[in-house]
Amino acid sequence: MKKKIVSLVMAGLLVVSAISGCGGSGGSGSSAAAGSSAAAGSGAAAGGSTIKIGSIGPVTGAAALYGEAVKNGAQLAVDEINAAGGIGGSKIEFKFEDDEHDAEKSVNAYNTLKDWGMQILMGTVTTTPCIAVTEKTSADQMFQLTPSASSQDVIAKDNVFQVCFTDPNQGIASAKYIGTKKLATKVAVLYNSSDVYSKGIYEKFMEESKNQSGTYTVVAEEAFTDESKTDFSAQLNKFKSAGADLVFCPFYYEVAAVVLKQANEIKFTPTFFGVDGMDGILGVENFDTKLAENVVLLTPFVADAQDEKTQKFVAAYKKAYNNVTPIQFAADAYDAIYIIKEAAEKSGVKAGMKTDEICKLLKEAITGLSFDGLTGTGMKWSADGAVNKDPKAMVIKNGAYTAMD
Amino acid sequence: MDFLTHLINGISLGSIYAIIALGYTMVYGIAKMLNFAHGDVIMIGSYVVFITVSTMGFPTILGIVIAMAICTVLGMTIEKVAYSPLRNATPLAVLITAIGVSYLLQNIALLVFGANPKSFKSVVPFEPLVLADGQLVITGVSIVAIITGVIIMVALTLFVNKTKAGCAMKAVSEDRGAAQLMGINVNGTISMTFAIGSALAAIAGVLLCSAYPTLTPYTGSMPGIKAFTAAVFGGIGSIPGAMIGGLLLGIIEILGKAYISSQLADAIVFAVLIIVLLVKPTGILGKPINEKV
Repeated sequence: MKKKIVSLVMAGLLVVSAISGCGGSGGSGSSAAAGSSAAAGSGAAAGGSTIKIGSIGPVTGAAALYGEAVKNGAQLAVDEINAAGGIGGSKIEFKFEDDEHDAEKSVNAYNTLKDWGMQILMGTVTTTPCIAVTEKTSADQMFQLTPSASSQDVIAKDNVFQVCFTDPNQGIASAKYIGTKKLATKVAVLYNSSDVYSKGIYEKFMEESKNQSGTYTVVAEEAFTDESKTDFSAQLNKFKSAGADLVFCPFYYEVAAVVLKQANEIKFTPTFFGVDGMDGILGVENFDTKLAENVVLLTPFVADAQDEKTQKFVAAYKKAYNNVTPIQFAADAYDAIYIIKEAAEKSGVKAGMKTDEICKLLKEAITGLSFDGLTGTGMKWSADGAVNKDPKAMVIKNGAYTAMD
Repeated sequence: MDFLTHLINGISLGSIYAIIALGYTMVYGIAKMLNFAHGDVIMIGSYVVFITVSTMGFPTILGIVIAMAICTVLGMTIEKVAYSPLRNATPLAVLITAIGVSYLLQNIALLVFGANPKSFKSVVPFEPLVLADGQLVITGVSIVAIITGVIIMVALTLFVNKTKAGCAMKAVSEDRGAAQLMGINVNGTISMTFAIGSALAAIAGVLLCSAYPTLTPYTGSMPGIKAFTAAVFGGIGSIPGAMIGGLLLGIIEILGKAYISSQLADAIVFAVLIIVLLVKPTGILGKPINEKV
């Protein structure tokens, strides 16, 4: 008899979950959204009068520095906002989940956060997992603002917005920067062909480089993959014999640490020019920072900038986190939380609202926003989710990031 | 001159593959099993050197000796705990166990050392050799890797052919049952093989991480697979075969990257492997299989 009751309950649960599952998949239409929002709504109601913002990123693994920075930057903003009275009177609850820069783990983290009652997602941090998670947030109609996932594929869904540049913008901006500042005459490009982030920037860089033929030419382009990211001797030797005086490196700092060391071993000393993925190179454990001397990187945030906003942020960050200097990702996340706050206050988002309601309101509000933050002034969003702001470049001098004029 | 540079880089990479492949091939030759955890023993060895030399400040040689000792104990323990109870099981069961041990080691390392990449300081103190007005630069690690590879191969060949323990190994590899009847301690011999293979793994790990200085819990897995390929390439079970297979694999990989396509380098390596195995199914130096009628 007992067994029968258990099996009946199980069957009942199965039916319920199947129904809500159906509702979720058809949830993009306003009338069909009942199923998914009921599930999400009940979770949010349990939270009471707080707005629950979740975040996902790698705090362990190869890209751990990024996740750590985003987590800390966001927490700082959340604490400040809560101390000042919250969003329109309701406090923020913030929860961060680790995804180890892995798409599958990221989706699991998203599900965990949804069970917790998340109403807005500020994440994810890195591109490949982010694309996987946007599938879920789009189906659930959850507002998503990524601080740092920069591929254009990330904002393919209408509920996803970016704080950082899209990859094409980084590629184009880098090519223009090298051209207008006359940093080089012979440029070589090394990229990771198995990574959407790296490849996206590479493609746009090559396109824009054609327009810069007056100042520099691309003399060599080489690729590597995730399976072969340890040995760069063949590529670097080719660059060396091609006489490249600048190497464009659109990939993450972990690989860059290896490339810099191997280039140094074969006495190849061009200017290495990275994009935002290069940020973090000075934080690699046991890395000889002398190797990174004179590396240039294009990034919208410089910790030693002299404006009041940056100074205040850097001081607060250092105080809260053992004197660590914040990198761009921390600033992106800090901005992201404030962007959500401004958009939410503008559109009248309340704590008890359902996720799809919040999503609808924020989507409209963010496109009308002009936001002044750490990573840019007058930041504006188009409906496709991309941000419009100016890039800044910095150079590593004496083991520290220094603004480039 | 470019070609020479690429060739030397290829030989250097190949020497590291060869040292790893020696471990695979010895274990296969004697225990007739593929020890897929070999790549992860390399990783553990590298971490030991990283901790002893970079963190605790021991002299390099002492660090390497400690790493070899720990890897030897680790290899013998793995053999005793995971493989020896399966001595009479199907080869498939042993293979799956080996894969399990590999994942176990990776995840233990993930727990103990964390997943953050560590930048491994090269243990080779020599300055790179600069020839022909800086057109040809040979890194210190390359030279050490090549020399170490040759020394290990010669020493192993002498050991197997000239010593009593080596002859016991050959006998066990030839016919385990007959060797036992002749009074050879089969379990002891297999244990010793694992000990030698694992000590070699520690050396390979140090060279690998000196040349390619990022250390993570997954550092050993890809080189492990490549070295396994090299062992098959050269004829698995054959010591000179592993050396030749490793060198060829390294050279093909680097030259493929340099002259064909840096994206297709791995595809080229494995395409060559398939062609070699089609022409010579037992590998370059493999013994022909006698069909018993």
